[in-house]
Amino acid sequence: MSNPELGTSGKQQGMFGVSGTGDVSGYGGLVRRRPALVASPKPYGGYFDEVTDALEEAYPEFADAIEMVVVDRGELTLHIKPARIAEVCQVLRDHEALRFEMCSSVSGVDYLGSADDPRRLHAVYHLTSMTYRRRIRLECSVTAENPHLPSVTQVYPTADWQERETFDMFGIVFDGHPALTRILMPDDWEGFPQRKDYPLGGVPVEYKGGAEIPPPDQRRAYK
Amino acid sequence: MTDTYAQARETTEGRVFTVTGGDWDAVLGGDDPIHDEKIVVNMGPQHPSTHGVLRLVLELEGETVREARTVIGYLHTGIEKNLEYRTWTQGTTFVTRMDYLAPIFNETGYCLAVEKLLGIEDQITERANTIRVLMMELNRISSHLVWLATTGMELGALSMMIYGFREREYILDIFEMCSGLRMNMAYVRPGGLAQDVPDEAIAKIREFLGWMPDRIDMYEDLLSGSPIWQSRTQGVAYLNVTGCLALGITGPVLRSAGLPWDLRKTQPYCGYETYDFDVPTHPDGDVWGRYQVRLAEMRESLKIIEQALERLEPGPIMIADRKIAWPAQLALGTDGLGNSLEHVAKIMGQSMESLIHHFKLVTEGFRVPPGQVFTEIEAPRGTLGVHAVSDGGTRPMRVHFREPSFVNLQAIPAMAEGGLLADVIAGGASLDPVMGGCDR
Repeated sequence: MSNPELGTSGKQQGMFGVSGTGDVSGYGGLVRRRPALVASPKPYGGYFDEVTDALEEAYPEFADAIEMVVVDRGELTLHIKPARIAEVCQVLRDHEALRFEMCSSVSGVDYLGSADDPRRLHAVYHLTSMTYRRRIRLECSVTAENPHLPSVTQVYPTADWQERETFDMFGIVFDGHPALTRILMPDDWEGFPQRKDYPLGGVPVEYKGGAEIPPPDQRRAYK
Repeated sequence: MTDTYAQARETTEGRVFTVTGGDWDAVLGGDDPIHDEKIVVNMGPQHPSTHGVLRLVLELEGETVREARTVIGYLHTGIEKNLEYRTWTQGTTFVTRMDYLAPIFNETGYCLAVEKLLGIEDQITERANTIRVLMMELNRISSHLVWLATTGMELGALSMMIYGFREREYILDIFEMCSGLRMNMAYVRPGGLAQDVPDEAIAKIREFLGWMPDRIDMYEDLLSGSPIWQSRTQGVAYLNVTGCLALGITGPVLRSAGLPWDLRKTQPYCGYETYDFDVPTHPDGDVWGRYQVRLAEMRESLKIIEQALERLEPGPIMIADRKIAWPAQLALGTDGLGNSLEHVAKIMGQSMESLIHHFKLVTEGFRVPPGQVFTEIEAPRGTLGVHAVSDGGTRPMRVHFREPSFVNLQAIPAMAEGGLLADVIAGGASLDPVMGGCDR
């Protein structure tokens, strides 16, 4: 598959077969402001203070590594400097007051067009402490031009496939991963499908015997 | 050598045989069978014991597996991407199709995330929560029944397959009575449920509760004493707690290694903390242990279903907030299930505002305040996590599923390497992977 538009950052232009915004409210021209992330003030409440205090004590580079602490909807998010993520995970896993033994999930989010645009690709880690029954979220943001951050597979072997999936879908490169290859998409696929500027449609649907129907964006639309 | 069933060709890696179904004597005829030559066998992606389209690349030395590599992605359907182009409510229709043996869990996990984003967890009605628990536990039994059935079949206990699917069919009938669909029901919706449970379904569930315990005993009588079943499962595909935690393995596999980690107990949701049930564990950490744990879990699920039925009081099944609640109750008409005539009469004849409201909510959907949440529930295969991100619009900005099948399949090399080829089947089956969920 080759896509000339790939990689050229662009705006999302509605859905298949819909011209305009698809908005039926009559407020199609309304600009939606995406609020910039705001750090939460201390105290964070609940076990969040215990976690951040313990991490600060156990990890001397805390002030340098933690960019922001956000508490929202009863969940704690630590925004980490990408280069530090593996170190922070190591401390979070091993320190006896933290004990985040389980890396539940690694995923990516593309914040294209948000206030955080230059560093639009976020790698999001959800850690669970089975000892203390706690959950926290770690978030690292990188640019699309230099989407590199260290792999946490040395700390959490379970992150192996999840980092591969994040690479596959978002093109975030986890340095130090034992075999960072595509996992869900075919090996020769071009582009990163979950990025917000990945073009939709464009691929015809092929059937056995050479029959083919055009890609969704070129099909006849009923208007 | 020339053999029509097994043609050989020389590659840089050595001689490669293409086996198209013949006899192994012919394949190995020219070579010394105890020679240390390794052969690579591709198991799958089309193989009856891979639970879908899982491909295993096995490097064999005789019958011993030296290396096992798992290849997935054959059932990738881009559900996570598709969700970004549908409203939050339409999302349930997609997610229910991921792990097709546990649709209610996908829906509930997703809806809990949407509700947390909306900040309406406290407004979910008592009856909706109870029915969610009821349906999840029925689904857990049906999923474990398929596990028992397919694993039995793969290890040679064919009768188990027939019994397992027979009882599962009964549960699917209950689902059909409640939702209109046997599978992929999109029954749990953000804010509540699609429809209420009819009285006939309650009666059918009670009947099910009456005979199911005996059936579970029957499966146990059928399998546990069988020397073949014992030798195919005991001491096979061993994985201890340390291995499970490192690889992120959860669910019955983790509990079969002895750690009683069950999110229904440890981080409860949907009111599970108010139900009385046990978390079964087993000390062995092998396929036998996983079999014992799943049987015990079915019994515990029956206990939960019984309690849920007892506390099922009449009441609303959808949140009261009309800005989120689906605007119509479904009703059965002469032409099938659709909007209730009463509701249609109201929006078409009496209230223009109701019509606008209905139209807006159905076509455009409700807006979800920006932010992100992560919810986890205990699915039959382990921890099902949902990471949902909203940018404030009517469609998700990103929904990621931490699928237990996906994560658990990483354990295949740890379980299979050094063991026998036949035990790859037992070990893989004991993980209970569903590729629809794994690949999404």
